[in-house]
Amino acid sequence: MHTTALQETSTFEAANSAPVLSLNGISKSFPGVRALNDVALSLYPGQVTALIGENGAGKSTLVKIMTGIYQPDAGEIVIGDDAVSLPTAHAAFGHGITAIHQETVLFDELSVAENIFLGHAPRNRFGLIDWKQMRANAREVLDTMGAGHIDAEARLRDLGIANKHLVAVARAMSIDARIVIMDEPTASLSAKEIEELFQLIEFLKSDGKAILFISHKFEEIYRIADRYTVFRDGEMVGEGRLAGTSQSEIVKLMVGRAVDHIFPKRTPDIGEPVLRIDGLSHPTEFDAISFELRRGEILGFYGLVGAGRSEVMQAIAGLTRTSAGTMRLEDAPLEPKSAADAIRSGIVYVPEERGRQGVVIGLPIFQNVSLPSLSRTSKSGILRLAEEFALARQYTERLDLRAASLSQDVGTLSGGNQQKVVIAKWLATRPRVIILDEPTKGIDIGSKAAVHGFMAELVAEGLSVIMVSSELPEIIGMSDRIAVMREGRMVEIFDNKDLHPETLVRAAAGIAA
Amino acid sequence: MTTTDVATNRRVPDRLDKPLTSALLSWEMLLVLVAVAIFVTNSLASPYFLNAWSLSDLTFNFVEKGLIALAMALLIISGEIDLSVAAIIALASTMMGMALQAGADTPVLVLIGLGVGLACGAFNGALVTRLGLPSIVVTIGTMSLFRGIAYIILGDQAYRGYPSSFAFFGQGYVWWVISLEIVLFAVMAVIFWFLLHRTSFGRTVFVIGNNPVAAAFSGVRVERVKFILFCLTGLMAGVASILLTSRLGSTRPSIAFGYELEVVTMVVLGGVAILGGSGSIIGVVLAALIMGLVTFGLGLLNVPGIVMSIFTGSLLIVVIALPILWRRFREARGG
Repeated sequence: MHTTALQETSTFEAANSAPVLSLNGISKSFPGVRALNDVALSLYPGQVTALIGENGAGKSTLVKIMTGIYQPDAGEIVIGDDAVSLPTAHAAFGHGITAIHQETVLFDELSVAENIFLGHAPRNRFGLIDWKQMRANAREVLDTMGAGHIDAEARLRDLGIANKHLVAVARAMSIDARIVIMDEPTASLSAKEIEELFQLIEFLKSDGKAILFISHKFEEIYRIADRYTVFRDGEMVGEGRLAGTSQSEIVKLMVGRAVDHIFPKRTPDIGEPVLRIDGLSHPTEFDAISFELRRGEILGFYGLVGAGRSEVMQAIAGLTRTSAGTMRLEDAPLEPKSAADAIRSGIVYVPEERGRQGVVIGLPIFQNVSLPSLSRTSKSGILRLAEEFALARQYTERLDLRAASLSQDVGTLSGGNQQKVVIAKWLATRPRVIILDEPTKGIDIGSKAAVHGFMAELVAEGLSVIMVSSELPEIIGMSDRIAVMREGRMVEIFDNKDLHPETLVRAAAGIAA
Repeated sequence: MTTTDVATNRRVPDRLDKPLTSALLSWEMLLVLVAVAIFVTNSLASPYFLNAWSLSDLTFNFVEKGLIALAMALLIISGEIDLSVAAIIALASTMMGMALQAGADTPVLVLIGLGVGLACGAFNGALVTRLGLPSIVVTIGTMSLFRGIAYIILGDQAYRGYPSSFAFFGQGYVWWVISLEIVLFAVMAVIFWFLLHRTSFGRTVFVIGNNPVAAAFSGVRVERVKFILFCLTGLMAGVASILLTSRLGSTRPSIAFGYELEVVTMVVLGGVAILGGSGSIIGVVLAALIMGLVTFGLGLLNVPGIVMSIFTGSLLIVVIALPILWRRFREARGG
């Protein structure tokens, strides 16, 4: 598969023009994580290349390298015939590389014309901005794109998201960009707006631009892209022409991986239902979610980013309100009005954003661990430090925390050890149900194994675990059953027996089997 | 950020023994040295300074502001601020004056002083926590509002004629040169120290100041804690109003004008981070003492009030800038 794709590429290249931009042997590491390992990518004029990969495959890192935000540790960037370096965003801009992000980086308080020409506005003979000329130029650019309906003098914030995208494209046109990167541009657009965006992409193609299109949605990729490049775990695993390549071949490339991580073996001892969720709904984030969680079970939640998994979990943990549906914990109705309520009933949520929602940086480890259990470690509201240290020691030791002392500021720990502190703090409340949201995101292999081993121990002790994860090996390696969500709805709950990763990816992306 | 994980399987100790130098280099120790230095300077500069009654008089310079600073420290650590405290003093004092005109006796006056302070604090707290408004904006607004009410009621008049039993609060002595005010300050300092550093409520104040989102995720009732802190600050302003009104023996609408900045200066000089998250009551008490020493010393030397105001303003800027510059300096050096 791998080789055929590459062969196809070479024949294709021979028949076509040379790439506008080539990335060769690019590597990039962050502390504890290898984000990109020797990847290559080529973009051709007048063609759309789709960059495909799971969350965490390294797509965003690559985009940041191409736009001058990150510097690669190794490898070269070739534009035309010259190897270039892109030390700043400004340098990337100067080489004709422009990016249109999910949330477009424009200036809401400025006018459309100012947004288009920011940094390269036409000047009059006194060196001042020639406003009249700028507005005229803006109108011209918008007209050529077929976006003449946008008023060049309007404030940007008065425009809808689709029109903001058009302005971003107009900006790309105005600097005569050769390379346009679109990072999930359709994420917040309606069907009609997506269609308009595609017409625009066709226009850019006909104008000879090279386009990198990042999307999780296969229908869009097949609709608009000419070529594909697949990333997996920071490596480039295949590329070629999209015509003649089936969806299942691409899905195989995305998920087929060497086993590099051993998950703990366990013999699940699954009991009666502990948590019953029935028809849980939220005005905007999710709708009619129903499932059961049983004693001693790990229930995995898989889906694309934005599928509404975290929002469901936060509702169960009392952090957001629901509009309909019922929850029962064991035989009592569960109606948490705050996180404190949920903790008291025995449900805890270990949030995804460790730095913002999990740890309290600035406070020592032991105070982080004891925080949700303060009522237990204090007596009539008075702190008992010995109890706090004992509690912190008990749970951090189980997680094999590496630290100089328990009085150390939690902010001085590595990401993996911070995550251990966060998990310890929730376990110390002695919950019946623990919800882990992306528990191993961005932590090193060693800490990952510790977290996984620990989850296995917890369910063996009769706890029930919900694990939200976008990492396929993790979700398949750890879960007893796997719920797949898409666009705020439950797609299906699979028994994790002989379950093929591709089944999950299809369900999450909405591809018919 | 440095990573200091230690790769051993040894037991992680509760604490590491702190080297003596780090204790000696603490902010509080620095404040002690500054206080001693100013004390010595004052003794050398004025022959009237080293005298039991002078030193007793000195305490009146900072006790009323210091009492508010104790509560304000908690509020600032939690990431909020109350700039209306001086206006609360004015409003509470005005209300006590009105009650006096209506024939109220000392116990009623005290209750009114405390009640108005608490009510004003609750009003600030409700605006901040219920409506989600930034406290700096809310309390600049209520600063004008509260003092404005005092001006409407009093105009250029003053309330006088407080009973002698009421005068005891601001003018009375418990024993020899030990005033009721300084005893009250000492007692309240111990209570606030205990509240901040020894109770789970105090712990949540630090947690909220460092990371309100994680606090909420951990089941801390962030809004309730903040509301209580605004009430406490208002209540302490009420206490200060009773003491100040009693000491002056009269109420004018301009009473305690500009106190809020001196209170904030005390808190920040005491080592409380202006952006919240850290600080100690001991530091605030030392800072109150230093402010008292400086203003009293300048007074003995007949330095005019406007110079003292310049001094307070400069001090506020310096103590806010110092920790920030110090951090930048350390980051620049890769520390």
